[in-house]
Amino acid sequence: MSTPGDVAGEGWPLYEVFVRANRGLSHVHVGSLHAPDDDMALRNARDLYTRRNEGVSVWVVRSSAITTSDPDMKGAFFESPAGKNYRHAKYYEKSAEVPHL
Amino acid sequence: MTLTAPDASALHPDGDDVAELQARFDAIIEADQRIEPRDWMPEAYRKTLIRQISQHAHSEIIGMQPEGNWISRAPSLKRKAILMAKVQDEAGHGLYLYSAAQTLGISRDEMTEQLITSRARYSSIFNYPTPTWADMGAIGWLVDGAAICNQVPLCRASYGPYGRAMVRICKEESFHQRQGFEILLELSQGTPEQHEMAQDAVNRWYWPSLMMFGPPDDESPNSAQSMAWKIKRFSNDELRQRFVGMLVPQAEVLGLTLPDPNLRWNEETGQWDMSEIDWTEFHEVLAGRGPANAQRIQHRRDAHEQGAWVREAAAAYAEKQAARERQAA
Repeated sequence: MSTPGDVAGEGWPLYEVFVRANRGLSHVHVGSLHAPDDDMALRNARDLYTRRNEGVSVWVVRSSAITTSDPDMKGAFFESPAGKNYRHAKYYEKSAEVPHL
Repeated sequence: MTLTAPDASALHPDGDDVAELQARFDAIIEADQRIEPRDWMPEAYRKTLIRQISQHAHSEIIGMQPEGNWISRAPSLKRKAILMAKVQDEAGHGLYLYSAAQTLGISRDEMTEQLITSRARYSSIFNYPTPTWADMGAIGWLVDGAAICNQVPLCRASYGPYGRAMVRICKEESFHQRQGFEILLELSQGTPEQHEMAQDAVNRWYWPSLMMFGPPDDESPNSAQSMAWKIKRFSNDELRQRFVGMLVPQAEVLGLTLPDPNLRWNEETGQWDMSEIDWTEFHEVLAGRGPANAQRIQHRRDAHEQGAWVREAAAAYAEKQAARERQAA
């Protein structure tokens, strides 16, 4: 499998950008950009994705460093939910009327 | 994890039956789900998106020029700061869109090259000159207003990265329209000369802003396919009608008139009746014979060439740092 982000003719590597909107929240993927190195990627990410106080922390990571699942393997890779609704609280109906359960 | 670059297997399916891939693609579109970069997609869908998204990105980048031109002459420090923020947003919007296009397998350099050699288009609205301060108001109110009208439905475009870029853009764009409206309102309520200047700008930008929605539906050959792919959600004429409907009460608040004596609501058709749009002008400007086409491209080419040393220096520095790290390891 090719390295994701490895588009032919692209001079600078691809980075994925994650922003934490506030303390207590996760960093969330907000987009991507190309930059010559990690420092420039971080500065560009600040200018591009946080012009309006969108975050208190930014992560950038080279896309080539991310391992992904194969989009075409969806069915086979992920746990089949069929017949396994006992993993959800809603499955247990006898306790529906009981308070605090 | 959704990655933002196309996978080689999505670009060149091997072995897999294309009919089966097509069926899966159609099912995703049918179910109003989104196509993501690593999914297989028909070549024509990819090409259409590359063309549309890169044109859109180029429009944002070229769109910095008519307003950038006014930063030093804006009438107050507040207006200068606002205009700078707006122009900076446009650079940002261009970058979101270039990134979205890059997920389809075209490089940034390739797109820049297409723009500065005039092989790619951008919105013809930016080929009109901006001789007065009121033009900053008219651009915000009419040009950004038309852009928002076009862009809001694009937030639901079937291609994930494009839709997500549009969500960010639309959020930021509404300040652009409001600041333009405010400029016009202040001028309109100012001295008679200022009022006249505001009306003159509206007279010049009204028709070009209506042309931004593209040719009439019966002359827009690609629209049907784009709608079937759910890239486009409403037709050119539908959006134009919607836009005019929003402008009419806003113009009243401004105390300015829209330069169309035939504009009136038609109870029977439930549509706005309006004068015929001068499409010859649109096609002239589109063909590169507008007032400022050559100037806009020349300026972009100069900026690109004059910035080459910065890009080279950044790449050389990154290479040097990487070499140093390799040695240390």
